[in-house]
Amino acid sequence: MKKFFKPTQEWQHLLLENPLTLLAIGLFILILFTALFGPLLVPFDPLESNTANALQPPSAEYWFGTDQLGRDIFSRVIVGTRLDLAIALAAVLLAAGLGTTLGLYAGFYGGHLERWIGRGTDIIMAFPLFVLAMAIVAALGNTVANVVYASAIINLPFYIRLIRSESAVVKSAGFIEAARLCGNANPRLIWAQVFPNVLPPLVVQMSLNMGWAMLNAASLSFIGLGIRPPTPEWGIMVADGAQYIVSGQWWVAVFPGLALTLVVLCFNLLGDSLRDIIDPRRRT
Amino acid sequence: MHSSKLQLIARRLIGALPSLFAVILVTFLIMRILPGDPAAFFAGAAATPEAVEEVRVKLGLDRSLPAQFWDYLTDLAQGDLGQSFTTGQPVLQELVDRLPASLELSALGLLLAVMVGLPLGVLAATRPNSFADHACRLLTTTGVCLPTFFTGLVLIYVFYYLLGWAPAPLGRLDLFLTAPERITGFYLIDSLLAGDLEVFWASFTQLLMPAITLGLFALAPLARMTRASLLGVLGSDYIRTATASGLSRTTVLYRYALRNALLPVVNTMGMVFSYLLGINVLVEKVFAWPGVGSYALEALIASDYAPVQGFVLAMALLYLLLNLSVDLVNTLLDPRLEKNA
Repeated sequence: MKKFFKPTQEWQHLLLENPLTLLAIGLFILILFTALFGPLLVPFDPLESNTANALQPPSAEYWFGTDQLGRDIFSRVIVGTRLDLAIALAAVLLAAGLGTTLGLYAGFYGGHLERWIGRGTDIIMAFPLFVLAMAIVAALGNTVANVVYASAIINLPFYIRLIRSESAVVKSAGFIEAARLCGNANPRLIWAQVFPNVLPPLVVQMSLNMGWAMLNAASLSFIGLGIRPPTPEWGIMVADGAQYIVSGQWWVAVFPGLALTLVVLCFNLLGDSLRDIIDPRRRT
Repeated sequence: MHSSKLQLIARRLIGALPSLFAVILVTFLIMRILPGDPAAFFAGAAATPEAVEEVRVKLGLDRSLPAQFWDYLTDLAQGDLGQSFTTGQPVLQELVDRLPASLELSALGLLLAVMVGLPLGVLAATRPNSFADHACRLLTTTGVCLPTFFTGLVLIYVFYYLLGWAPAPLGRLDLFLTAPERITGFYLIDSLLAGDLEVFWASFTQLLMPAITLGLFALAPLARMTRASLLGVLGSDYIRTATASGLSRTTVLYRYALRNALLPVVNTMGMVFSYLLGINVLVEKVFAWPGVGSYALEALIASDYAPVQGFVLAMALLYLLLNLSVDLVNTLLDPRLEKNA
C-alpha cells in the first residue's frame, strides 16, 4: 500500500522547500493591508505641499524625505499603493474574464470561430505590446480608465491562447461526453464542465500577470500617460524624482521605485509558488 | 541550399503579408478613433465652423473611412507619413534621422544580455545548485521585477553622481564633441569609419549605461529559457548515448546539447524584441536619448498625432521584420522543419 501525504504535510513540505513562498505570502498580506488601510494611517496629507520644507532627506519626521513641493514621500508611497493595485487588478480581471470566455468558446467549438479569434490575437501580438498600450491610451484619451483598457487589451492574447489550448484538450475527455449524453447543452458543458478544469492554470496566469500589469501601469504614468499629477502614484513619483537624481536627491525617486519593485516581486513569487502547488509539472 | 528550404522561406515571407496589412489597418484605425474632432483641433480654438469644415475637407476627413484608408495606403506607398505640426518636418524624415540612435541602443543592450544571459543559463543548467545556479535564479526572478525606468535612475545615481565613472546622462555624445559625419547614423560605426577614436570612446561610454539598463531586463527571459531548455536537452536519450559513447563533456555539451537547446531560445527572442522596443521608450526618456521613442513622447505630450502614428507603425514594422528574421534563422538552423515542408 502506497503511503500518501496528508494535505497539511504536503503544504509543510512545499513551504519548507521554498522559503520564498512564506516571504511572498507575508509581503502580500502587508501590501493588502497597506492598500486597504494605508490612507487612514499616514502621518501627513499626501497632497499638502510646503515649499519651505522641499527636498528634505529622510529623517525621523519624514521617513522617506520630502519631494520638490515639500510633500511627505512616505505618505505618498503608502497612499499610492491602492491606486496602482486597483489599476492592475482591474486590468487583469478584465483581460482574464474576456480572454477566458473567448478562449473557452474557441477551444470548445473550434472551426471558424477559433480561426477568427486566433487572428484577432495574432493582430494584437503583431505589435510591440507596450507601444500598442501607448497608442491606445493616446487615442482613447489620457484617463485612468483608458490605462486599464489598454493594459487589458495587451494582456488578452495570453489568456485566450492559454485557455483555448486547455479547453481544446478537456473537451474530448470522457466526462464531457458523459455530461453531454446526460442531456447538457453546449453552453452548460462549457461553463459547468470545461471552465472548472481550466481554473488552475488561469489562477497561476493571473497572479503572474498582476506584477506585469503593475509595471505596465506605472510605466505608462512614468511617461505621462493616464494618471495626472498631483495624484500620488508610483510611476509619476519616480518621474518627478528623475530630475533630482543627478543632483543627489535620491530619495524622491528611489522609495516609490522600491515600493513598485517589491510589489511586483511579491506577485511574481506568489505566481511561481502557486504554479508549483497547482501544477507541479511546470516547475522550472 | 535545398529547394524545399527556399520554398519554406518563400512561404514565410508570403505568410508575413497578412500581418503587414493588419498592422497598417490597426494603426490607421487607432488614430482615427481619436477623441474630439481632429479638424477642429487643427483649425485652432478661434476658428469659425466654416474654417473647421475647410480644414476637414483639406485633411480628407469628410470622406468615408475606406476612402480615407485608401488615401493612407497611397501616402504610405509614397513614403509619406504626414507632417509633425510642432516641428513642421515630414515624419518619415525625422524617424529616419532618429532611428539609428534607438537601434544602436537596443542592439548593444541585446548584445550585453546575450553575452551574459546565455553563459549564465548554460552554467546554471550544467551545475545545478551551484553558485551560478543560484545567481541565475536570483537574476531571473528579480530582473523581471525591476521597473526599467527605476533601474536606469539607480544606475545614474550610483555611477554618475556617487562614483563619477559614467558621463552625464544627457544624450548620445558629450556637448564638447562633434558628432561623426553621418554615414550609417550609428555613432560607434561612423566614428570608427572616420578614424576618430576619441569620439568612439565618448559615444561608447555614453551608450553603456542605457544599454545596461535595457540589457538587465532582457537578460532574465534569456537566461531562464537557456537554462530550462538546456536542462531538458541534457536529460534526453541522445545525450546519454553520446556520453556513453565516450565523447568528452565539452563535445557533448557544445556540439550536441547546446545546438539543440538554442532553438527555443531563438524563439523567445521574438518576445524579447517586443519588450525591448517598448522599453526603449522608457530608457530614452530617462537618459534623454534622442531616439524615436523620445520623439514619439514629445509628440504625444503636444497632442501631435502624425508622429505618434508614424512611430507606432515603424515599431510594428520593425517588430514584424525581427520576428520574420527569427523565423528565417530557425528555418536555416533546424533541419527538421525541412521535412515538414
